[in-house]
Amino acid sequence: MKEYRALFRIKFIGGLQYRAAALAGLTTQFAWGFMEILAFVAFYRANPAAFPMEFSQTVSYIWIQQAFLALFATWGVGGDAVESIINGNIAYDLARPMNLYDRWFCEAAATRVARATLRCFPVLILAFVLPEPFRMSLPASAAQFGMFIVSAVLGFLVVCAYCMLDYMSSFYTMTRINLVFAMIGDFMSGQIIPLPFFPRPFQAIAEWLPFASMQNAPLRIYSGNIAGMDAVGCIALQFFWLAILLVLGKALMRRSLRRVVTQGG
Amino acid sequence: MIALQNINKIFRVAKRQAGFGRAVKALFSREYEFVHALNDISFTIANGEMVGYIGPNGAGKSTTIKIMCGILTPDSGVCDINGRTPWRDRVAHVREIGVVFGQRSQLWWDVPVIDSFELIRDIYKVEDRLYKTNLDELTALLGIFEILKTPARSLSLGQRMRCEIAASLLHSPQILFLDEPMIGLDAVSKIAVRQFIKKLNRERGTTVILTTHDMQDIEALTERILLIGKGQILLDGGLDELKRHAGQRRTLIIEYNGDAPEIREGMSVNEAKEGRLVITLDPAIMAVSDAIAHIAANTELNDVSVSGASVEEMVAALYREYRI
Repeated sequence: MKEYRALFRIKFIGGLQYRAAALAGLTTQFAWGFMEILAFVAFYRANPAAFPMEFSQTVSYIWIQQAFLALFATWGVGGDAVESIINGNIAYDLARPMNLYDRWFCEAAATRVARATLRCFPVLILAFVLPEPFRMSLPASAAQFGMFIVSAVLGFLVVCAYCMLDYMSSFYTMTRINLVFAMIGDFMSGQIIPLPFFPRPFQAIAEWLPFASMQNAPLRIYSGNIAGMDAVGCIALQFFWLAILLVLGKALMRRSLRRVVTQGG
Repeated sequence: MIALQNINKIFRVAKRQAGFGRAVKALFSREYEFVHALNDISFTIANGEMVGYIGPNGAGKSTTIKIMCGILTPDSGVCDINGRTPWRDRVAHVREIGVVFGQRSQLWWDVPVIDSFELIRDIYKVEDRLYKTNLDELTALLGIFEILKTPARSLSLGQRMRCEIAASLLHSPQILFLDEPMIGLDAVSKIAVRQFIKKLNRERGTTVILTTHDMQDIEALTERILLIGKGQILLDGGLDELKRHAGQRRTLIIEYNGDAPEIREGMSVNEAKEGRLVITLDPAIMAVSDAIAHIAANTELNDVSVSGASVEEMVAALYREYRI
């Protein structure tokens, strides 16, 4: 474990030095959050009865999403994995006594945590002091908050495991950005609009997919939209999908490494 | 102990002619070419040997190195390194080897070199005492003490390469693979690195396998040469053997006044300037003494020097001989 801790540390420290990028990100996230809330306000005023979440729940959902965008977005963190596959530095990665899947997972996770650390506090602080209807509320109970934390960690790991499949697709496509993975993940995980706003039959299916185990679960548990036993079930489903994605990813890695060719040099 | 037996590797390369029409056609049917990168490669290297692995561009040097490092799986053949098959037992195998790929970097780009070294220490789980001894020795011998705190991205190529070499040796590997480690080094650094590699081989008994295009490296470092061309081992032996293969050709450098000497059979002019001639002589056709006598009889000589073919010329001659 020592090597993974050291790797996490160096990537984390490395990630903290990009202050300008963090500032730019923050601005975007504030602006995006406001715009989203404004859109939902208009929607709510038009017909409160047709609004599938409580309004305050929607606001909390949006602010946590913006604060922790770096943890839950299925895009934006290309990872050293893709770079390594494309530029051939995978040769050095393979010359290390480490499991490559674990290593890349660790590096991507560290990059995400570093970015989130730089960005979450200003967003959260502002979201708590804003006037209504923009203000974010606290979770209903300590138990609800505890379940949020567990679910958030799981959701983060599910995102990392899902993105590993994306990274490894570079073995086959040899491109840096594979939009299919990012866009499906973006839409189906509730990044664009929360899942409760989907049409009923569609939502019923989406709730069971691995994408719902990403940000959907922790964000709705925080806001109280999913509570009690439903939240426990939701966390169990997250465990299930995390296990499936990890097994799938490790199998794909073994398969890819058998046919890996480091070209040139 | 490194033993390779009948290693084969074929790459499939997509090919197409230049031009738009061909590019469109390639969307539907693609032509592939099969490149036999390694063709029945076999050799053994004993512990503590220092071997120069040479061959023209694209001969299969790096492919062999990658197979020996466990990075690439060959199509067929057996490779046994200290009782392990590299690609099957990769993690255990790479713990005991060090690698420098001259064209790539193993240092983390945006952190000081020393941070990369410490990370490598943690990855290989090197004990603190051993790490400290190795670090002190490597920084002193490679002259990198002043640049340890500099981020890798601001190093010059030569500085970086010396750090790369140090980075591959922090865990005291038994075998060191150097794939073109001298790229970008200036004359002083080259000599320092050569001395360092020699010392490493002599004092720690590290097995060193080195690929290079610089024949001075080969001359200075290795007792044994493996020459590979078009995926086949063409020559496995010492420098002497290489010399024997390349014949006994001599180079005459003549400085003279007045008219240029007449060129006779067995001589060929390499370089001609006013007052200076460089002649390659084949002693089988004309003896060295005859050649000098012939030139001296017709020309007013200022200076004559005779030298054997350089290793570069020998290798070039071998390449021609094997048509690679």
